[in-house]
Amino acid sequence: MSEFPFPPGLVLFLGAFLLPQVQGKARTALVLGLPLLALVLIWSLPAGSTITLQFLQYALEPVSATAVGRLFATVFALAAFAGGLYGLWRAEPDGQGGYQLREGNVLELGAAYAYAGSAIGVTFAGDLITLFIFWELMALSSTLVLWSNSNDNPKAYGASMRYLLVHLAGGVILMGGIVWQVYASGSTAFVNMSELDSGAHWLIMAGFLINAGAPPLSAWVADAYPEASPSGMVFLSAFTTKTAVYVLLVGFAGAQVLIYIGLYMVFYGIFYALMENDMRRILAYSIVNQVGFMVTAIGIGSALALNGAAAHAFAHIIYKALMLMSAGSVLALTGQRKCTELGGLFRYMPLTAVFGIIGSLAIAAFPFTSGFVTKSLETSAAAYAGLVPAWFLLLTASAGAILYIGFKFPWFVFFNRDSGLHPPEAPRHMLWAMGFCAFLSIGIGVFPEPLYALLPHQPVDYQAYTIDHLVTQFQLLLFAAAAFFLLLPQMQVTPTISLDFDWFYRKLLKYLAREFSLKTMDARRLLEHRTLQRTEKMAERLYHRYGPQSVFARTWPSGVMVLWVAVLLAGSLVLYYLR
Amino acid sequence: MSPQSRKHGLSHAENLLRFRKIWIGVLLLVLLPEFFVHHHAYFEAQGIHIDASWGFHAWFGFLACVLLVLIARVLGFFLKRKDDYYDE
Repeated sequence: MSEFPFPPGLVLFLGAFLLPQVQGKARTALVLGLPLLALVLIWSLPAGSTITLQFLQYALEPVSATAVGRLFATVFALAAFAGGLYGLWRAEPDGQGGYQLREGNVLELGAAYAYAGSAIGVTFAGDLITLFIFWELMALSSTLVLWSNSNDNPKAYGASMRYLLVHLAGGVILMGGIVWQVYASGSTAFVNMSELDSGAHWLIMAGFLINAGAPPLSAWVADAYPEASPSGMVFLSAFTTKTAVYVLLVGFAGAQVLIYIGLYMVFYGIFYALMENDMRRILAYSIVNQVGFMVTAIGIGSALALNGAAAHAFAHIIYKALMLMSAGSVLALTGQRKCTELGGLFRYMPLTAVFGIIGSLAIAAFPFTSGFVTKSLETSAAAYAGLVPAWFLLLTASAGAILYIGFKFPWFVFFNRDSGLHPPEAPRHMLWAMGFCAFLSIGIGVFPEPLYALLPHQPVDYQAYTIDHLVTQFQLLLFAAAAFFLLLPQMQVTPTISLDFDWFYRKLLKYLAREFSLKTMDARRLLEHRTLQRTEKMAERLYHRYGPQSVFARTWPSGVMVLWVAVLLAGSLVLYYLR
Repeated sequence: MSPQSRKHGLSHAENLLRFRKIWIGVLLLVLLPEFFVHHHAYFEAQGIHIDASWGFHAWFGFLACVLLVLIARVLGFFLKRKDDYYDE
């Protein structure tokens, strides 16, 4: 292994191109085997940079293993495994109370594996150029994951194009920053830039933040992800925003501005999720909310805070995948995605509901779930750093998370009322994928030590299970739940969407573009009319002068020619005599 | 509604009442430790002790939720549009 260290991301990236070549069992083996192989490689690589390539005059370090990179790469491989298992077959209702299975969308699976591979590539990138290459590969492959759903969901195409535009814009900003940084410092090294003392640092941070779902462009998350297929959204939720968390963690730990950006994201997610009706869009807003916690912690920048951000990202990827699988199964088997259309599914899909509830409890940081042992690192870090407003806001947001997602999602989908939908239970492979994520979510919650041992700043001096923490968390949870049930009349879902920044490019720019095209169309029509008139007039004049009736086109009698010849001859005779 | 679905769940009035009673019992139960457990105040240095006051997480969590829902209601008044708003 040590002779030539193979980049772990490439296993998934290259393997993605093999997927369409094989069928049936071989494809199943490949889908399940590739992430495990990547996992083995991730852990067999020695620490530090193992390959150096020359590109122009720059040294590239495509395989540079660090503790935090390995942690993110590990959870990316786990997410690819669970998502791959979930997406192996697609389920559709057969109209007789059961379901039929179709082969999974191989374009989506392939794109998703290339996407996962690129994300792992970012976590092993030792220099900015390698990072940028994998960053852009991620943007392209994730667009493809979304685009591949266009046949089943007509809205997916438009959403994928908007998604691509946002990410290409982010990529351009990032590239500008990297070029500036390399030009100014002469080094391509990916190091901490949290002093933000050069415009290059700001540009790089802006490029990273766009992928994290930071303001003002947060809307892309909830615009794009929910248009993907059930399995597609599982993949999409895992990689892009969390890779952004990873690069911010490495590049901008301790940059204070991130505290404010993170807190904004936290509350943005809560308010939009509270207003939302589409169940998977609620989950998309909750991604922004949760990443906001991580971004805030990165801004705090203490060892505890950074451990918290890394651990929370790890746990979040798994329980968010779990919730999206649960929601995706409901979507696949009922064809409905709006809370106003759903309800009472607990009786028909009991296991899907239980798995969805486990995910909800984890996101609400219920004791003995992964949320409890990871999110608390971040809030404690705010407390130990003496950040009074940040701590109170994070506590408010923790209570809000219980409300808007811990209860809202399972309540409106699985309970609330009988919607008249009678879907069958999710197919077995989907249940296994959910079971895998649920096992990890509870396993991490009960035994946090193995995860703590992987965190970047060792030793981790934190005890999640103290009497104080348990008591206060139970109080927070149960009183938030009481508030939820009391406020239910205020929280009724409505068949609406909520305006966001995407209004500017979906409505305003569209309106301006239409106005522009209408106005220019008029101008063009006028110009055309005038040109035509002038050309016609000129043609008329030409016709008059040179046409068949004109002076030049007249037929001359032959007598005239004889006369003229006689005149010429006479002329030459006269000239002859004169000489 | 079929007789089977009538029996089910929280929609039934009698069940709802029982559920409420259990819930209130649980709420009182989690407040019980407040009489024995001493909370550590995080912000002694800044002179803030409220986070160690009696039942802080309970009432703060409750009020936070009420506040968030009310703000969301007001925001919804301005931001909500019919869900075919962007469709052509």
